[in-house]
Amino acid sequence: MSSRKQSSQEDNIMSTAVAEKILLGKTLAIDADGNLVNISDWNEEIAAELAKEEGIEILTEKHWQVINYMRKVYSETGDSPSIRKLTKESGVDTKELYALFPKGPAKKAARIAGLPKPKGCI
Amino acid sequence: MKNLVILGAGTAGTMMLNKLHKALNPAEWKLTIVDNEKEHYYQPGFLFIPFGIYSREDVIKPKKEFFPSNTNLIESEIWKVLPEFSKVHLSDGKIIDYDILIIATGSRTAPEETEGLTGGLWRNDIFDFYTLEGALALAEKFKTWQGGRLVINITEMPIKCPVAPLEFAFLADAFFEDKGIRDKVKITYVTPLAEAFTKHKCAEVLGHFLDDKGIELEAEFNTGRIDNENKKIVSWDEREIDFDLLVTVPTNKGADYIETSGLGDELNFVPVDKHTLQSSANKNIFAIGDASNIPASKAGSVAHFASEILTENILNYISNRPLSARFDGHANCFIESGHGKAFLIDFNYDVEPMPGKFPLAFIGPFSLLKESRTNHLGKLAFRWIYWNILLKGRELPMGPDMSLNGKVLDNFINNNIL
Ligand SMILES: Cc1cc2nc3c(=O)[nH]c(=O)nc-3n(C[C@H](O)[C@H](O)[C@H](O)COP(=O)(O)OP(=O)(O)OC[C@H]3O[C@@H](n4cnc5c(N)ncnc54)[C@H](O)[C@@H]3O)c2cc1C
Repeated sequence: MSSRKQSSQEDNIMSTAVAEKILLGKTLAIDADGNLVNISDWNEEIAAELAKEEGIEILTEKHWQVINYMRKVYSETGDSPSIRKLTKESGVDTKELYALFPKGPAKKAARIAGLPKPKGCI
Repeated sequence: MKNLVILGAGTAGTMMLNKLHKALNPAEWKLTIVDNEKEHYYQPGFLFIPFGIYSREDVIKPKKEFFPSNTNLIESEIWKVLPEFSKVHLSDGKIIDYDILIIATGSRTAPEETEGLTGGLWRNDIFDFYTLEGALALAEKFKTWQGGRLVINITEMPIKCPVAPLEFAFLADAFFEDKGIRDKVKITYVTPLAEAFTKHKCAEVLGHFLDDKGIELEAEFNTGRIDNENKKIVSWDEREIDFDLLVTVPTNKGADYIETSGLGDELNFVPVDKHTLQSSANKNIFAIGDASNIPASKAGSVAHFASEILTENILNYISNRPLSARFDGHANCFIESGHGKAFLIDFNYDVEPMPGKFPLAFIGPFSLLKESRTNHLGKLAFRWIYWNILLKGRELPMGPDMSLNGKVLDNFINNNIL
């Protein structure tokens, strides 16, 4: 394998669709991690459905504070924030983040926010 | 005369020094490298120390051995970079100017980030093997340890060499089996990831291995604190795991000066363009190795592949050409699986690890994603390759004339390395 990239075209695409799923009557492309491929597919109702899939029945104001923060960071940087960045900047502390989004706050909140999985885990 | 300054003389900094020493015109460019440590540590060797396979002497050499003879070396701690003035402040008060800066100060373990980690049990019943002192202390502990619950834990991602904790688990399994006390040791592998490894393809194969070796997997466990009194690790969502002996990989962070200089992300890693390795904030700053935030494994092999690209881009930058060399995140890691065998995996930003042979398709000698003795010999040979080829900025012998087989490698290792 060479260490050089052949083409840079794929850089503009957030992630690759590997499947589709239907939520609220809409057909959505999803990537290998089960996250939405197109940001434009996302809205608050879809978020509520994705949250249910993660075992979160109701999205509270605190959940929204995190989700909105994630979407803001993504629109500014093109990356979903890591758990560290969330703790530092979202205004919700680590302990509470885990209570809101059990097991993997950054990963779960990114999925509910319609964003790709944070890149921190390679 | 212009100044190119490299911060950090570890794996990546030393390779860049050697490559640029050859590539730059000495009449136009003065090359300087800064590091506060005299010794070069072969960090991949730390893995073998707890099991008595390597000793201190096997993993240390003077840094100077790997520098070109007339290297301008400054032995001091880096205190702060002022990117707006293109200056580096050193802790000894000196200030150096740069036209181009390469950040290669790596990543360090930061046990102080986790509550209770450096409490009473630290280096008594809690050990790390990502530092030489930690690996040596654990080797002592293992000499007399009679068994119990051994918990191997990754505190948070990213960490350098993300396969090393898994290798540790496999080697521990074999080590205690050889000692005849495997039935007295319960091994648990605790990771914040959803499965055994970051790459799904590998996780499938390696997860299977954990099963076969009777190693329990606790996934999605994000360590919040260590309870020293009750000998438990506690996750942020209040799950608890008891241990008698904890081997942990603490949080990994970039150097502190990166934070002081406003150059890093939340873990002090330097944001760069993942293809060109140029800093996102400052055009005359580049970062390579563990210090950068590229979404690739933090591994010596990645730094090696990246060093070729960065050398080209530095030359492009100097002659005002576009930074046309593009790094694809290529990583190549041997994974020790115990009992004299190992795996090899090869992947990049876009391509997941695949079965096959490396470096030559069909010929090998190394089997990708499959356990073999040749791979293990390759891992041991890697130390020789590291000291003699990689650090000196030479090319790997991956041309058509490399057709070693297991037997040839065996002889090579017996005669040259061990
Ligand atoms: C246990 C273990 C096993 C590993 N196994 C493998 C493996 O099998 N294969 C593989 O490819 N990789 C492996 N690695 C990873 C590999 O060692 C690193 O990825 C590689 O060394 C990174 O190189 P670097 O130059 O970025 O950082 P380093 O080699 O760590 O160098 C950083 C340098 O910066 C200097 N420095 C830092 N801060 C300052 C400061 N403020 N002032 C002055 N100097 C400073 C340090 O002294 C050091 O010399 C392993 C690592 C560990 C810990």
